[in-house]
Amino acid sequence: MERIYLDHAATTPIDPRVVEAMTPYFSNIYGNPSTIYQEGREAKKAIEGSREKVANLLGAKDFREVIFTGGGSEGDNLAISGVAWAYQEKGKHIITSAAEHHAVLDTCRNMEKHGFSVTYLPVDEYGMVAPEAVREAITDQTILVSLMHANNEVGTIQPIAQISDIVHERGIIFHTDAVQTVGTIPVNVEELGVDLLSLSAHKFYGPKGVGALYVKKGTRLRKLIHGGTQERELRAGTENVAGIVGLVKALELAVSEQGETLPGIMKLREYLSGELLSRFSHVKLNGHPTMRLPGNVNISFEYVEGESILLNLDLKGIAASSGSACTSGSLDPSHVLLAMGLSHEAAHGSLRLTIGKNNTKQELDYVLGVLEETIERLRAISPLYPVQASPAPRKEYLECTPKQ
Amino acid sequence: MYTEAVMDHFTNPRNAGEIPDADGVGEVGNSVCGDIMKIYVKINDDRIVDIKFKTFGCGAAIATSSILTEMVKGKTLSEALKVTNKAVAEALGGLPPQKMHCSNLAADALQKAIADYGQRNFKSPENAV
Repeated sequence: MERIYLDHAATTPIDPRVVEAMTPYFSNIYGNPSTIYQEGREAKKAIEGSREKVANLLGAKDFREVIFTGGGSEGDNLAISGVAWAYQEKGKHIITSAAEHHAVLDTCRNMEKHGFSVTYLPVDEYGMVAPEAVREAITDQTILVSLMHANNEVGTIQPIAQISDIVHERGIIFHTDAVQTVGTIPVNVEELGVDLLSLSAHKFYGPKGVGALYVKKGTRLRKLIHGGTQERELRAGTENVAGIVGLVKALELAVSEQGETLPGIMKLREYLSGELLSRFSHVKLNGHPTMRLPGNVNISFEYVEGESILLNLDLKGIAASSGSACTSGSLDPSHVLLAMGLSHEAAHGSLRLTIGKNNTKQELDYVLGVLEETIERLRAISPLYPVQASPAPRKEYLECTPKQ
Repeated sequence: MYTEAVMDHFTNPRNAGEIPDADGVGEVGNSVCGDIMKIYVKINDDRIVDIKFKTFGCGAAIATSSILTEMVKGKTLSEALKVTNKAVAEALGGLPPQKMHCSNLAADALQKAIADYGQRNFKSPENAV
């Protein structure tokens, strides 16, 4: 069976042209970039050339502002912990939002254990942070604001440039997790006005396990990984040369082809959202109606649970994602959907379909058909599905108390 | 992540539905946790002659409900009450560890349904067996 992949926010298939660009660095150009002989010099040259290209593609002024990392989570960890430790004398307060990726949230929670205080700003029903709320949360102790560029679950794009003005008025450092946007929509660090920006290659048809952190000149960081002097002494360890070359190739392709791919993806998104709303009852689209990632559709189906939707889709050859607790390994459903004010039940019944450059309308038509069957089948066996037009109000419990 | 037996029961659930004139109904779980199971039983002569379920939940929740109905249909009440959540999971060839607590409640729902039957029929002490 031909598989249909609709989970591009999770990861993307690597572009064959990227594999081609990487291949020599696994075999011929295998030297350690820290060595002085030819094999090493060639590898070093590849990395430094890559650094310049990434800086240019992000609109950075200086190539030294780019640090290669092991991916988006590492970038977020390094940015937040790195700034917190480097500026702890100035203050110990960090501002972030309740709808961030776990790489940011858990890093902030970890800093709380080390004596830092963290404000988790609320988001509105669309997943948006209010710039004024950032202003109000700033104290004399605030050293860092970290807010994601676009949300990985619901696709909402934050007003980063507007927030950065507020943050910089107070001389505070601003980090954005741009893992979902770099390579997907145009991203320019100067226009966004950020001091740090993390990105990950596998979200834009590049390899997994490699990313980059943009660090504006003058921003101090304390390193997380100790050892050698690689990456301006901010990230020890022999560089992932092939991965870095792949990241750059993927980013070049993504940026140069965005003009072609974006309109098509957006058109498919509009089609899919429209069909979902017209074909299904008791559904709600999640996220912002316009300020959103081009390929993201997040929808809640009432009376059914997300994992069982995913299992059915998988059996029919479709890969997708859900904010249901059952898919996260925890008892709670998506913290993002809950922060947006969705009920637990609506969060459990959420489905995320993220469209990529290779998806087609025919695929979406097939998916819609499968979804119709699936939702009907699951609702038929759901004790919550109202037999009458207006269901009796249901009990909501305060917390989960699973049987031990 | 799921065994073939789980997928089989998830894809082709046995005894799904409601019994409008059920002799006992039991419900466990809640929508906050993402799992609700409702079991309906028809009892004749101390024996489960019909059983149906309705479940809101993940694959494991649906599969455990389904296989439980097969395991106890035709059994006497005392036999049926001996079926534990653990036995249900074993009959499915095991469940992923994180599913053992939250999604494996079918036996509890059955016990509640039988208790409901008991309450309906033997409420006053004179009628108690």
